[in-house]
Amino acid sequence: MSKVVEIRWHGRGGQGAKTASLLLADAAFNTGKYIQGFPEYGPERMGAPITAYNRISDERVTVHSNIYEPNYVVVVDETLIGSVDVTAGLQENGAIIVNTQKSPEQIREKLNGYQGKICTVDARTISIDALGKYFPNTPMLAAVVKVSRIMDENAFVKDMEESFAHKFASKPQVIEGNMQALKRALTEVKGL
Amino acid sequence: MAIRDRLSGNEAVAVAMKQVNPDVVAAFPITPSTEIPQYFSSFVADGKVDTEFVPVESEHSAMSACIGAQAAGARTMTATSANGLALMWEMLYIAASCKLPIALSVVNRALSGPINIHNDHSDSMGARDSGWVQLYGETNQEAYDNLIQAVKIGEHPDVLLPVMNCYDGFITSHAVENIELIEDEKVKAFVGDYKPEHYLNDKENPIAVGPLDLQNHYFEHKRQQAESMMKAKKVILEVAEEFEKLTGRKYGLFEEYKMEDAEVAIVVINSTAGTAKYVVDQLREKGVKAGLIKIRVYRPFPVDEITAALSKCKAIAVMDKADSFNAAGGPLFTDITSALYGRVDGIKVINYIYGLGGRDVRTDDIAFVYDALLEIVKTGEIKSVYNYLGVRE
Repeated sequence: MSKVVEIRWHGRGGQGAKTASLLLADAAFNTGKYIQGFPEYGPERMGAPITAYNRISDERVTVHSNIYEPNYVVVVDETLIGSVDVTAGLQENGAIIVNTQKSPEQIREKLNGYQGKICTVDARTISIDALGKYFPNTPMLAAVVKVSRIMDENAFVKDMEESFAHKFASKPQVIEGNMQALKRALTEVKGL
Repeated sequence: MAIRDRLSGNEAVAVAMKQVNPDVVAAFPITPSTEIPQYFSSFVADGKVDTEFVPVESEHSAMSACIGAQAAGARTMTATSANGLALMWEMLYIAASCKLPIALSVVNRALSGPINIHNDHSDSMGARDSGWVQLYGETNQEAYDNLIQAVKIGEHPDVLLPVMNCYDGFITSHAVENIELIEDEKVKAFVGDYKPEHYLNDKENPIAVGPLDLQNHYFEHKRQQAESMMKAKKVILEVAEEFEKLTGRKYGLFEEYKMEDAEVAIVVINSTAGTAKYVVDQLREKGVKAGLIKIRVYRPFPVDEITAALSKCKAIAVMDKADSFNAAGGPLFTDITSALYGRVDGIKVINYIYGLGGRDVRTDDIAFVYDALLEIVKTGEIKSVYNYLGVRE
């Protein structure tokens, strides 16, 4: 399994963590990878904790269980820290990426002694500046690409441009804002 | 050239339906059905298919409408899941006994109660004796490929039976993975036009469908129905061969994974087979002669072939993602042990009921099963035949 990169997303229903995991799968797919993107479905409610997963590999992955020892964890909503054990099983040579205005050092105090890398990005400010609304998933998607290096950044940006053009064909006015959010997040990840 | 894409299992099946472009799809468009009618109805609305889409008020009506349409001479498809399949029950038997080759995608999910929406096989396992051919698939690719083959299998003049295309709810239906799609025109050429020999809309040759059939003929008709199931196996293999020529992807009655010299093996259905293959690879690296059989064709049940494939094993674990509540073992276990009985002797066989209601099946769970088999080989003793895996008790 060493060649497989495993990512676990923690978010709240309505924030787009599932969509972000599928967008990441798409982007990795477009660079020629084998991908899995799947949410863990529970009672579907706005604001309830949700989990989504990615496996990304150069070879086909046949394992179809949830992910218990991820290489990376993405926390889309920092208020989950404390009520959800976000670092459970997280590999020490991996990283956790948190959407927060706090510094990696401040976040570390809350993570039950996790010794690995802690990265932060202020997806709220980035999203509100770029889109005028709070959609954290686009900046978080960029942050996970930055931290995990699962694909070339330029290729990622180019691919997302095409992907947004397709996804937002009916509302092209949001494409530019999403691209701004994406590019800014790539430069503002702390703790690398 | 195949089309490289990434789709969820449900998207893949909806695409297969679009490519087949059936005459009629009748489906209940909301829960407990699946996303498939939702995706398919958008193809209808966008004019991408010529299909008459009948959004009915229940699953019972969905299957009834499919029966009516197929009997009239239309190529017909539908999809459902869990309690939706349960509500179709009465009509499943009628579709099969009327010899109507309807293709039904079943997204395997637990039957309530207690209320649960997640994956297990209690829905389609309950329908195993309804007279439908049942195909099972591990991945989105297999769900897509099986549905295309299902059309050709069911409509073959030697078969003329409805076919279920079963795959795991959420694990396969909602997970996005890589897939190779076949070009539209190649799918169309592969399934060909539907040309039933007898159908209601043929006014030159009027027939009755579904009339009263009492003591004098019912039994003969059921015997003929059984004959169709017996003939289906050969047709399934012929269709698979033709499909392999088209795509390079090989299908059989079941998949044998590292079985050539296997001493311990598990027999499993659907997505857990993929998780188990990873465990087999790990065991093989340690020198353990582990293998796996994944059932593709459950009805008809490939009794002789599966016996041959298992005949050299010392110990086997049969994995059931459904319980029979018979205090004796799950449905697949019962079929495997009765297949072995009188054909090969001396193989130790145990049963695990696992993953009910979407309980996640981890590689560690599968490793535990192989460990149990190795212990049986070592001691020659089975402590317990009928077991539950990964449950708190």
